[in-house]
Amino acid sequence: MEFRKDLFANERDDDLNEVGRPTQRQDAQGHVTGRSRFFDDYALPGMLHMKFARSPHHHARVRSLDTREAAQMPGVVRILTSEDVPKKVHTLLILLDLGPDDEPPLAFDKVRYRGEPVAAVIAESESAAAAAAAKVRVDYEPLPAVFDVEEALAPGAPLVNEYHGRNWYDYNGYDFRKIRFGDVERGFREADHVVEERYQMSPIEHAPTETGGCIAAPDTAGRYVCYTNTQALFFSLETAARILDLPSNRLHFVGGTVGGGFGGKVDSVHEPLALLGAMLTQRPVRSAYSRAEEMQVSSPRGAERFYVKDGVMDDGRIVARYARIYFDAGAYSRLSPYGAVKAAAHMPGPYYIPNVWVDARCVYTNRTPSSAMRGFGVTGADFALEVQMDKLARLVGMDPMEFRIFNAYRDGDMKAHRRVTKNAALIECVQAAARIADWPLSERFQAMSSTRDGGGERGVIPPAPAPGPGPGKGASGRRVPPAGAEAAATTARPPAPADAPTVASPARSPLAGRGRMSSLLGTRRR
Amino acid sequence: MSHVTLDFRLNGTGRTELIAGGETLLSLLRHRLDTTSIKQGCRQGTCGSCTVIVDGEPRLACITLAATCDGCTIETAESLPGPGGLHPLQQAFMDHFAAQCGFCTTGMLMAAKALLAANPSPTREDVVDAISGNICRCTGYQPIIEAVLAAAGAGPSGAGQPGGSRPGVV
Repeated sequence: MEFRKDLFANERDDDLNEVGRPTQRQDAQGHVTGRSRFFDDYALPGMLHMKFARSPHHHARVRSLDTREAAQMPGVVRILTSEDVPKKVHTLLILLDLGPDDEPPLAFDKVRYRGEPVAAVIAESESAAAAAAAKVRVDYEPLPAVFDVEEALAPGAPLVNEYHGRNWYDYNGYDFRKIRFGDVERGFREADHVVEERYQMSPIEHAPTETGGCIAAPDTAGRYVCYTNTQALFFSLETAARILDLPSNRLHFVGGTVGGGFGGKVDSVHEPLALLGAMLTQRPVRSAYSRAEEMQVSSPRGAERFYVKDGVMDDGRIVARYARIYFDAGAYSRLSPYGAVKAAAHMPGPYYIPNVWVDARCVYTNRTPSSAMRGFGVTGADFALEVQMDKLARLVGMDPMEFRIFNAYRDGDMKAHRRVTKNAALIECVQAAARIADWPLSERFQAMSSTRDGGGERGVIPPAPAPGPGPGKGASGRRVPPAGAEAAATTARPPAPADAPTVASPARSPLAGRGRMSSLLGTRRR
Repeated sequence: MSHVTLDFRLNGTGRTELIAGGETLLSLLRHRLDTTSIKQGCRQGTCGSCTVIVDGEPRLACITLAATCDGCTIETAESLPGPGGLHPLQQAFMDHFAAQCGFCTTGMLMAAKALLAANPSPTREDVVDAISGNICRCTGYQPIIEAVLAAAGAGPSGAGQPGGSRPGVV
């Protein structure tokens, strides 16, 4: 590994003892001897097992729930339904003051995705719990379901989550997270070429080798202990305390050893209900996903969709970017409203673009709730904008590495979210990568530096354009009324995807034929 | 369900256990005999986290009926350290950062031990083949392959060299 101290000379100390030197992980010896204790290695005497009755429907009303037959099954000790849960509806991000509560730990009036739990059966063995869970009788009335973010935003789409009142997350009165910087319409007018493309991420499952789970047990003095593989021990503790309506000092969480997480073990789905089971039975209760449940029910990466429209000059300068992001939260928020914010913030990329307009919507569908997964929001945005960079480079006939060096932001540049760039090193990183890969760079680009030619005109916040509809034509940026104002809310939908960008690319360069990609790509797949 | 008596050796100790006919080796060893180095990742024979050595052969404990192991010698990761300390494979896994989350590690070690017992000088392809039934979601496998080769003395760097020759181990 190469440490380029010269690039960050003003940022680092040279008397560090560990950085730059190989060191042994403190848990390595436990791992190679098998002595590291994962949650499932804490099997306790008298431990019970919890399994769930899950919805076979993507979207359905629950007419009635009958657990009588299940309760008669061999080995069953207790069955939990929503009636047993102190806080019947919750949301994870309430710990960051991002409401509203929108997800029941156990569903009651409706199920909103296939696999949603409606009852938890606690029994003497895992197989007994599973057999009894299959005997929970639920009378479902199937409802129309929606699986695509843009279809969910269209008029007449089934309402997925009543706690939001609409199929998108409300950011402080706005139907999306936005970035407004400069005048994108003028940027597109002045651009030699305008390109719009669509990018789609898949809802990837983390598939950790150890499935998510925990063991909860009564402790002394009215306290409860929970051995868990959560990636967020205190976040899960506080979430459980809220759902159980307990002071958090009644709970003792033991964890830190996680058999693969990648973001897939932050949703705190096992701990509150296993603890509730331990409270109601006064015995240890284990809850863990089977492999099938881990794949089908646990949160995957959101299916993010990006439309990126860029204006680029013949000399390679990117002069405008208009991006629309549709972040598929699935049926419930979990951490997706935060992921959509990250996607919006990341959309300009590490490049200086003087005119930027980003709308990021967090959309509800009847898919499995998505949540954290390896840079969620950022990873998808990077995929979209870096593939876009390759296309732009090809369009203007530039080498893709040189194109990135040319557009990289430099010290002193103003970013679209109004932070001045400091300690930039993208140019140097691309130069180093090119050298290692034997990728030839011309002298002009080898001579470029993050510390030169930034700032100045590039370091100021550009004047905003006169108030207008913006590139989304119509409702983009419109303030939506607060939830509850139903009559008005029906008229305040976000811009329909069918709204084509208003700006046609001017055909005024030798590459004008390629400039028409805008109208070709901008109108298809809608 | 009928029960049978099972005689076997586990990590050098003779055992006699009464087992149910359908009981898996995983259930017997992990849940009843507290051999918790054996991990259950899928219980369908696909992840390799429960790999143990039965009469010298790597076996998936989750899809092995305990009843088929009568008279067998069974080894788990608990048996690896010798009187002098860690087994060379364990040391090599530490030195080459072959264990990240640690969940697949014991299964990988048993697959590797079975390989080296049968083939003390494996090629890289032999190692890849030997661990092909063991899923690791963290490391990307290369550090594991390097560790096994190092332990066999056939790698680019010997065991016991902290950091080894890999540039990315820090």
